Parts: sequence; C-alpha cells; structure tokens
Amino acid sequence: MKHIKTLNATVLKETLKHGGCGECQTSCQSACKTSCTVGNQSCENEKMR
Amino acid sequence: MIHQYKMQDMNIVMDINSGSIHVVDDMSYDLIHDLDVGASMEEAMNKLEAKYDKELLTQVGDEINKLMSEGLLFAKDDYEQVVVDFKNRSTVVKALCLHVAHDCNLACTYCFASEGEYHGDRDLMPFEVAKKAIDFLVAHSGNRRNLEIDFFGGEPLMNFEMVKETVHYARSLEQEKNKHFRFTLTTNGVLLNDDNTAFMNEHMHNVVLSVDGRKEIHDKMRPTPNGKGSYDLIMPKFKAFVEARGQKNYYVRGTFTHDNMDFSEDVLHLADEGFEQISVEPVVAPDEMNYAIKEEDLTYLKDQYEKLALAKMDYKESHKDFNFFHFMIDLSQGPCVAKRLAGCGSGIEYLAVTPTGDLYPCHQFVGIDEFLLGNVDQGITNTLKQDAFRGCNVYAKDACRKCWAKFYCSGGCSANSFNFHGDLLATYEIGCELEKKRVECAIYIKAKEMLVE
Repeated sequence: MKHIKTLNATVLKETLKHGGCGECQTSCQSACKTSCTVGNQSCENEKMR
Repeated sequence: MIHQYKMQDMNIVMDINSGSIHVVDDMSYDLIHDLDVGASMEEAMNKLEAKYDKELLTQVGDEINKLMSEGLLFAKDDYEQVVVDFKNRSTVVKALCLHVAHDCNLACTYCFASEGEYHGDRDLMPFEVAKKAIDFLVAHSGNRRNLEIDFFGGEPLMNFEMVKETVHYARSLEQEKNKHFRFTLTTNGVLLNDDNTAFMNEHMHNVVLSVDGRKEIHDKMRPTPNGKGSYDLIMPKFKAFVEARGQKNYYVRGTFTHDNMDFSEDVLHLADEGFEQISVEPVVAPDEMNYAIKEEDLTYLKDQYEKLALAKMDYKESHKDFNFFHFMIDLSQGPCVAKRLAGCGSGIEYLAVTPTGDLYPCHQFVGIDEFLLGNVDQGITNTLKQDAFRGCNVYAKDACRKCWAKFYCSGGCSANSFNFHGDLLATYEIGCELEKKRVECAIYIKAKEMLVE
C-alpha cells in the first residue's frame, strides 16, 4: 500500500483461540514492582507461533 | 477504537481492538481521524477534498476499506463478552514473591517497604517457611510448568544462605513434579560478593540491581543508615556482577522522583557506565511527600520520555545500544488477549509471602491488615478478598474501558489504585498518563526500526 504501512498483521482476536495458557512470566516479576506493564512481554505458547 | 498520534516526523495509527499499528501519511491520518469521529467515508472525503488531491484521497479510501475488511482497522470490540464470567474462571498460582528479609542495610527515602520492615518488625524468613511456600506453589499450580520465585525484601542478600537452601529445595522437586522454576532476585548490591554472584549467575533467571542513576541523585535517595551515599559502594559491585553475568538477564533498576525529573540523564548515565539492561521508573508516592510526582510535572516528564526515545536511537546508531524496560514492546509475538485482559495476576496467580508465612496479594499490599489472604500452612482463607482480585480486569474498570492503552498496561497496578483511591477498580491517573506516553514512545522506536529494515 502506498499511503498506509501496517507494522503488524497479527490480529489480537486470533489469540482468543489458543491464548490463555498462562505459561508467560508474571508481569511484576521482571523489573517493575510498582507499575503494570504487560504489552512488552513475550508469549510462551508454542501454538501461538 | 482508534488512537492516533504524531511523534517527530511520524504519523502513527493504533487500532486498539485488533492490536494493529499503522504508519500513515498526512492524508490517511486526517481521513482516519474523521472516520473515527463519526463521519461516513463520503463525508470525510468530501471534507478533505479542499486540502488533498481527490484521486489520492480515493486511493487512501481504498486502502482503509481493505484494512477494515481484514479486521486491521476499526475492528470491533469482541472482548467484553470474554470477561462476563471472569470471576468464575479457573486459576492457578504461578508466582510467589518471597520476602526473605524484612530488613535492609540501606535507608532509601522513597521505600514502600519502610526501610524493609513493611510496617512490622525486622525479620528474616526461616527455611521452613520458604519450603512451605514452595510446596504451596507446587500444590496450587495445576498443570502450569513454568513457576516463578522472586527473592525480595528488604534486602534478600541479608538472608542469602536461606535463599540458596530454597533454590536447592525447589530444584529437587522439578523433575518429579514436572515443574520449571525461574528464580529472580532484587538487591541493593551492598552485600554482593564473588560467592553470591557465582550462585546467582548459575541459578537466577533474572536479577534486579537497584541504582538510581547519577551519583548525586542516587546518594540523595539511597543513603546508608548512617546517612552516607551508597553509590560508590555499589557501582563497582554492580559492574563486576554484570560482567560476570555476560550482560544478560538482569536490570539495573532505578526510581526517579520529583527531585530528578530530568531522569533521561540518569538512564543515559547508566548506559554510559556500561549497563545494557536498564529500567528507571517513576516513584509512586502520596501527594504530600515532597518527592512525589505531581500532575503539573507530567508535561515535563512526557518530554523526558520522548527525549530518551530519541537518545536511545542515537545510542543504537553509535553502537552503544541499551535496552530500556518501559520501551520494550513486542508487536508480533506479544501477550494474548487473556493476559492483556487480566493484568498482573496479583492476589490470584501472584502472591507475596512474608517472613512468617502470611500471604498477601502482592509485595505492595504486605502489612495492610485487610489484605491478609491466608498463610502457607492453611493456604488462602480470605476468599472474599481474593475474589475482589479475581474480578480485576480492564473491563471492570470504567476508566480503562475507554482507554486506548488498556491492552498494553492491562488496567494498571491494583496497589496503586488502592493506595490512591481506596478502590482496586480505580486508576492512578499520573501512572496512566506516563504509561501512555511510554507506549507511544515504544511504538515510535519500533516503527522507526521496522521501516528502516
């Protein structure tokens, strides 16, 4: 497309099908401890890859 | 839901419900805006014909229609139905924050643990309590394989022999119980030595090293009990530790306050000192504290985040790249919707354990009587309070429901909501404003990188 560049074609809704396994890291365990940052985490579910 | 913003030379459009991010030209930016505020495609095009070439506008319209048909723009919100039965969902415990020492060898001004004591007495966790905590975790983790144990304090190195014993005990269960433990530890560095460094580098999945940045900033907020600064004491130890660890799986983690609002300088100082994994975060403190972040500080602090984003890209160009925790974002393989809806899992998936074995929803609630959930002997007994956490999700919070950043922060920190408003379903507005700016900066950096590639 000439006018719009899409950075990620992943549709969040698709993750409803296979998501929710919970194997990912608890968000507060990494560094923050005073905030909640989830969007920066990675998924650990093989089915999602 | 659409969020669009301009940063530097870039127009960015976020389609919140699909999670798609688009970099667009001015014409597309304006057309999407008009559609978002309710105009039909025809109305929006007619309006913009005064400003843009009609043929080009038609091209943009076609591109927008294509993205809409693919579900990548103006996607519907289908998630609220997912949370209808949220309170009844099956949950397991997967992470514990072990308060192995309610004691500390520093006297940091802003410490939410009141110099390690958490509103109680100084205390060290005995191994018997840690062992019961591990057993509790394994017993309540269902089929979850990856389990997390965070050694926290106070200062956990004040009870390091117990930490070692706990690690060995947990490891001894892994094969039989089909579990994999990830250990993390947060330290102020005062007691770091060759022995505990070697142990941590072998066993700790991640280590958080507390340092605020520039010497004068660090020393002011992180003094020793006799009032001297701790920077000169800990920095050589942190550098040696990180070198021994090969620059991986750690964070130097600082707190900025009203007293160092130019915190981008502290981040860059840490980068200049050779650290590659950096997290510097805003203090969360009541308004009456003179170092608290105030609403009137927000404009300046947002500028600081943008300044830092640009500096980070410059550093990368100069081959001095570093990772800033709050600018990390995974656009292609990020968390699933279930994770984004439920947030940090405090009180449900994540619990804090005190030195005497009491269970709280997270480290920040420790010592607040009404949040005592149970103990490692009897498990969760205050199920009524736990249910309040079970119900936490982005759609349960009025402010979050309408917010474009809800799938990035997942509704924010429950402790902050409670501490500022006495309500787990409220939001801490200063934190929200800074989080939104961080997400914008993170996406800008990512977009720049992806378009260059």
